[in-house]
Amino acid sequence: MIRRRALLALGAVALLALAAPLLPPYPLTLVTQALVVAILAMSLDVLLGYTGLPSLGHAAYWGVGAYTVALLATERGVGLAGCAVAGVLLAGAVAAVFGLVAIRAAGTYFLMITLALGMVVWGLAFRWVSLTKGDNGISGVPRPELFASPLPFFYFALAAAGLAWTLLALLVASPFGLTLRGIRESESRMRSLGYNVWLHKYLAFVISGAVAGGGGVLWAYYNGFVSPTDVQLITSVEALLMVALGGPGTLAGSVVGAGVIVFLKNFVSLYTKRWLLILGAVYIGVILFAPRGIVGALRRRSVR
Amino acid sequence: MTDDALRLDGVAKHFGGLRAVDGVSLTVRPGERRALIGPNGAGKTTLFNLVAGMLPVTQGTIRLFGANVTGAPPHRRAALGLARTFQITNLFLGLTVLENCLLAVQALTPSRLSMLRPLTGYHALYARARAILAAVGLAGVDGVVVANLSHGEQRQLEIALALAGKPRLLLLDEPTAGLSPAESRLMADLLANLDPAITVLMIEHDMDVALALASHVTVLHYGRVIADGSRDQIRNDPQVREIYLGV
Amino acid sequence: MSRPDFWVIQTFNGLSYGALLFLLASGLSLIFGVMRIVNLAHGSYFMLGGYIGLTVALRSGSFVAALLGGAVAVALIGIGMERLFLRRLKGQTLGQVLMTVGFALIFQDLALLVWGGDPHSIPVPPALTRSFTIAGVVFSGYRLFLIVLAAAVAVGLWLLLERTRVGALVRAAVDDAEMAQGVGINVPRTSLGVFALGAALAALGGVAGGGFLGVYPGTDFEVLPYAFVVVIVGGLGSLPGAIVGSVLVGLLDNFGKALFPELSYFTLFAPMALILAVRPTGLFGRA
Repeated sequence: MIRRRALLALGAVALLALAAPLLPPYPLTLVTQALVVAILAMSLDVLLGYTGLPSLGHAAYWGVGAYTVALLATERGVGLAGCAVAGVLLAGAVAAVFGLVAIRAAGTYFLMITLALGMVVWGLAFRWVSLTKGDNGISGVPRPELFASPLPFFYFALAAAGLAWTLLALLVASPFGLTLRGIRESESRMRSLGYNVWLHKYLAFVISGAVAGGGGVLWAYYNGFVSPTDVQLITSVEALLMVALGGPGTLAGSVVGAGVIVFLKNFVSLYTKRWLLILGAVYIGVILFAPRGIVGALRRRSVR
Repeated sequence: MTDDALRLDGVAKHFGGLRAVDGVSLTVRPGERRALIGPNGAGKTTLFNLVAGMLPVTQGTIRLFGANVTGAPPHRRAALGLARTFQITNLFLGLTVLENCLLAVQALTPSRLSMLRPLTGYHALYARARAILAAVGLAGVDGVVVANLSHGEQRQLEIALALAGKPRLLLLDEPTAGLSPAESRLMADLLANLDPAITVLMIEHDMDVALALASHVTVLHYGRVIADGSRDQIRNDPQVREIYLGV
Repeated sequence: MSRPDFWVIQTFNGLSYGALLFLLASGLSLIFGVMRIVNLAHGSYFMLGGYIGLTVALRSGSFVAALLGGAVAVALIGIGMERLFLRRLKGQTLGQVLMTVGFALIFQDLALLVWGGDPHSIPVPPALTRSFTIAGVVFSGYRLFLIVLAAAVAVGLWLLLERTRVGALVRAAVDDAEMAQGVGINVPRTSLGVFALGAALAALGGVAGGGFLGVYPGTDFEVLPYAFVVVIVGGLGSLPGAIVGSVLVGLLDNFGKALFPELSYFTLFAPMALILAVRPTGLFGRA
């Protein structure tokens, strides 16, 4: 089964790689954006879909990655490799600290704490003006020369998303991945079987945060501009919706969800300013009528 | 003299004013088969939860194979050889039968933290999982999602999960709960064929099953031990008879 | 300003902010107590209350009408949300919570549509805006009003919960909903009532806050984390917890902003983290 999914994924990647040169510029940037955002969605899926931990503050780690790149690249002239490593490590470190507080909590408290922690990062981005330039954001993040123009950057994003997908797919297919799903299904049983549930949840949290940071790194290069909007609550909510829409616990669903939301957002914005209203309605619709998401529903049908 | 498998000294659990377990002391020797009986509300499941570590004790100490585990979390006790089944089936409902068993099998092995190698590569784990499923009579339903199993099959899986970690002390909480007479007989056979090296402490309402398996019986009433002895002693104990016949 | 004056003023300001937070958080805590869900649209109730109160105040010229109008209108919105949508997901806590997120987004956009993007101020009676001086320190009358309002609500809630039959029903439902249903208490109706009350309280806070901080887009998501910190620190489902939590958070936030403006949220959440490290369900909370 893993082999079949890997083949499907490879096929999708090949399709995108081949189609890209043929796409007009605007759709190309949208697909690129979808790939970058998919990294955030996938990282959240590991936490929400596989471990059963609903995080409403995931934009925080995305933001840490993005701001790290923005600051290092514009103020210190650090290159891609340095920025990327710093961004991922810092995001992981923040997740490591936040995780100590959040993982102790169960269910509802976890949701609220992650939201509050996300606001801490937003608050710092917004108010620590001397560091982050506050509301003005940091602009002029230079792309690495090799990937400066849209098409090369698309391939760069595709490779990065592919790498993220590969790492996370291996993670969820590993014994550790099964452990996470067991925790989702019954923590008490896992404890009585001998698992240190806290430790596993914590590891999942840190890994998820680091990967989200990686997505943020890519976002900084894609967008060229990083601001508190990138770490606001709505960004975390959008990520949650991508996972819910695509199908929690499927990884591929998060990619699909990211694509749908990015396209929907940009498409809707052409006709109306009421994007949030539509997003909220879509959210409610998905929860009521498609609790397993798109990919989840497709997979269920194929098993029957 | 080897350590007792389980030793409780003055264990009590108070919920506010309610003394669910009120000063229980008992000793279970390795290899013993003991039944824990008593009317509803006697504190049996609470006692199990204390022994397993899911509830903290209000007073008293718990020793597992000589080690003091009174404050230890459940996973530490499992590492010492404790396993339990649950009265209300507590399985991983969204996962398949095989995945449930694999979780149990890998629980105390270092491979559980392996993150970059697919689980399917660990053939030894798979072999052991399948062997245990066969031993409890669940061969052939590997790929079935547990939520779709019959109640009897789920109770069998409960036992499988408890046995997977090669436990030294097994706590069985009403293994025949909700089973039909035929299923109960199958369960009784299963339990009778357990590795004799495993110490078993069992809560059971079905007196036939309890007395068939157990050589030693402890009777709990209002959180206290009121009788503790061999099968025949308990059968003839006037206090016990009054509780069970009077009820 | 002399040092002791600074501390007195900041304490007073912190208490008044805490008063506002109490109105907001007590409702959230109550709703969780009976329904076990965290209503992420709670900040939206605060915001909508403010906006509706604004319209009522402008149309009728009465601040009292604004307070009542905002509270009643939002209570009705809350009832609609619960009866028509949340109830369909009975038992699925995560689904319900996510659904409230969807509503929060919808409410935010609707507010933008109806009232526009500019900030407004709710006109308040001049009697309330008078400042008064004690020992040479000037205090804001409106802040005192907030404290008095919150204290009155706290007392009212306590009386309701502890001294009335309805309150006993609510406490039973909070303690053990299944048991309460079993002894004949109409839990769904009690829950609905509590939900409406919680929404009304948040809206009341929104109107009261509106006369002071103004109403503007974004208040919903701005106050929500504060409400969360209060209930996390105080413990969900506990009225004493909400009181203690609001006072603590109000003071912490105020002093934090005054002393370390660049780290404002951080000064708030660090203590929260500390408290959680010791008591994961908050000071007075239940699991």
